Amino acid sequence: MRPKQRNRLILAIVIVLFVAISAVLALTALQENINLFYSPTMIANGEAPQGRLFRAGGMVSDGSVQRDPESLEISFKLNDEVNEILVKYTGILPDLFREGQGIVVQGKLAPDGAVMATEVLAKHDENYMPPEVEHALETAKKMGVANAGKE
Amino acid sequence: MLPELGNFALILAMTIALAQGIVPLVGAARGIPGWVAFARPAAWVQFLLLIISFSILTYAFVVNDFSVAYVANHSNSALPLMYRISAVWGGHEGSLLLWVMLMAGWSTAVGLFSKRLPPEMVARVLAVMGLLGVGFASFVVFTSNPFDRYFPAPMDGRDLNPMLQDFGLIVHPPMLYMGYVGFSVAFAFAIAALLGGRLDAAWARWSRPWTIVAWLFLTLGISLGSWWAYYELGWGGWWFWDPVENASFLPWLVGTALMHSLAVSEKRSTFKGWTVLLAIFAFSLCLLGTFLVRSGVLTSVHAFASDPTRGVYVLLLLGIVVGVSLVIYAWRAPQVKSAGNFALLSRETFLLGNNVLLVVATATILIGTIYPLILDALDLGKISVGPPYFNAVFVPLMIPLVIALGIGPLSRWKQDSFERLGKILRFALLISLILGVLWPWMLFGQLDFMVIVGATISIWLVCSILLDLFYRSRHKASLWKGLTSQSLSYYGMSMAHLGVAVTVIGITFSSYYSLEKDLRMAPGDQLELGGYLFHFDGVRDNHGPNYTATEGVVTVTKNGEPVATLYSQKRNYTVQQMPMTEAGIDPGLFRDLYIAMGEPLGDDGWAMRIYYKPFIRWIWLGSLFMVFGGILAASDRRYRLMEKRKAGLNTDAKLAVQES
Repeated sequence: MRPKQRNRLILAIVIVLFVAISAVLALTALQENINLFYSPTMIANGEAPQGRLFRAGGMVSDGSVQRDPESLEISFKLNDEVNEILVKYTGILPDLFREGQGIVVQGKLAPDGAVMATEVLAKHDENYMPPEVEHALETAKKMGVANAGKE
Repeated sequence: MLPELGNFALILAMTIALAQGIVPLVGAARGIPGWVAFARPAAWVQFLLLIISFSILTYAFVVNDFSVAYVANHSNSALPLMYRISAVWGGHEGSLLLWVMLMAGWSTAVGLFSKRLPPEMVARVLAVMGLLGVGFASFVVFTSNPFDRYFPAPMDGRDLNPMLQDFGLIVHPPMLYMGYVGFSVAFAFAIAALLGGRLDAAWARWSRPWTIVAWLFLTLGISLGSWWAYYELGWGGWWFWDPVENASFLPWLVGTALMHSLAVSEKRSTFKGWTVLLAIFAFSLCLLGTFLVRSGVLTSVHAFASDPTRGVYVLLLLGIVVGVSLVIYAWRAPQVKSAGNFALLSRETFLLGNNVLLVVATATILIGTIYPLILDALDLGKISVGPPYFNAVFVPLMIPLVIALGIGPLSRWKQDSFERLGKILRFALLISLILGVLWPWMLFGQLDFMVIVGATISIWLVCSILLDLFYRSRHKASLWKGLTSQSLSYYGMSMAHLGVAVTVIGITFSSYYSLEKDLRMAPGDQLELGGYLFHFDGVRDNHGPNYTATEGVVTVTKNGEPVATLYSQKRNYTVQQMPMTEAGIDPGLFRDLYIAMGEPLGDDGWAMRIYYKPFIRWIWLGSLFMVFGGILAASDRRYRLMEKRKAGLNTDAKLAVQES
């Protein structure tokens, strides 16, 4: 093998190895950091995972927002017009958070079934409905109708 | 009447772009000089028409002509004039008109500054730009016309989204677009070179300054966006790995790779096929970014009222551009021969490493960005990929990049030796290992492994830049003479690399040493954070031209000495009834003090967010260094000399490969 070919071969092997290792590491990282979305109905049915971060979304139920007067602790309920779940959060809420608004939270499930949110997202526009929430509302409605038919 | 004239000018510009896309291309293929010469004036006229069209739209905003639907949807008579003008690109339709106008502007500039290029080459470049122009102009005309009327006209407009009523957002989109569109020039050069079969060192040299200019605008646009997010969104973060941010970052990464690969193509006449591919990818990623942002598949401040036909249109455009250019590449690239030969330890290898690292980084970010969208499109579930993924894949790729960045510019083309490089760099290694621990320890009194890594590689980079400058200059009669005899492009490169070091320091220190506290504060309450005492004086009412506000006042003292008074506002924009938070920031080279108001909690109490952020300004300071470096490099005299030299030669003669 001429030196030129040898050099090219070494470079090519190094690059292929490097890219392969990066791909494996990236896919592992991806697997660990995917946050699945659950609707209030799915959470109420016990489908949400224990001890893992996930996203939940729905409409903030009217009259459900409760504040602790001394700290930043807050709790509110999210519904998809069929089921309702309790969300607890400590911190500052986004500007566009309000009752009746569709929002998405990220957090973990507490033993009592409440979602302990680490992040509350209400985005950019008061008329805006997060697509996940819209989808959840539609599915819940369909399932609600189907269940009503069975009974 | 005027808006119809604007519409007419836009349609006329589109037809001229079509002619500009076809006539010179045929002329160049068949060798018809008259048709070849058509390209330049066509670009001129197209640009002029688009300026007229854009000015008419701007005028409609200035005079509050709410019979124009776009104006009515994005402005209001109470909106200050400055924001009425920036509202022109505050929505989907207008921002696309800006895009089309800027693209015609770049075409005109190429026509203007390439007088010495072979006419066929210019014709092909401008034709490709013309065809792209048709794609976007027809997008505006058929799916997103900003001149559509409302009848009857509403009494007043619906106002600009309050988030966009800000200086950062006035300048962010035009800069970003200049970058996006600028990469169409690099793309057009690549396609023209493939078509003309002259993928040589001269081609690389011609496209280099254009690529650098596009890159520096993109750099500026991205950092403006990051700076805006920091002070306007009120969370104190500067990068969220949000899909729209990634959409602008992806072409930046590939564009950076392209800039470096062009250097090899020019100096050593190798990597050429790869360089062309990078040029195609860089522009394709610009289009992908536009698709992601404009189609409404993403949810963010950038996603305006989503209309599925628009998304389909951009996707179609993206498909055509990628498809056609890859076909041309497959057809022409086998004829490209790489002349250069290089050893394993050489500057070529370092630049190859740069390219591999940047492209792999691009790929990993691309996966994380579009994976949720693909799953959603296939109805396989709704997921999101969080910042931990991006940090986990991106940071480990950037560390070797910065380390190699310290060696690359010192290494020689073709072949180098470990002894030579070791002799120069052992000093830098020693200094960076010592200071990398000592400096953060002295500043903050505590250490983290990643802090040591970040500080060490940054200092390593700074030392190597200085050493390189010293070794290059010391052979001259005096050091000063040596320093002044270096080229502008060399200083540009060093400046941009220095910017990388500054940004890395800013990211490292602000990530690991920021202090943050969310708490309830009533007037008179105080909090100590990072050695500063924050005292909440209370709130007062305030108002602006189109909003009312509650303003919280916080005085900051350090050891009893007054430092700053911070004002944070909770605004309510009256037209859209939209609340907004304005953060109060005391900026500094070594630390920012940052407060943002949350919601009122009763009994005069407010939720408050207080931050101490060391070195955060360095993040944007570094990117300014990069921009400045880009300006220096692009204005190097050899790009102008090349034109003069070329003037004396027969246009058919290929430019000599070697550097004078």
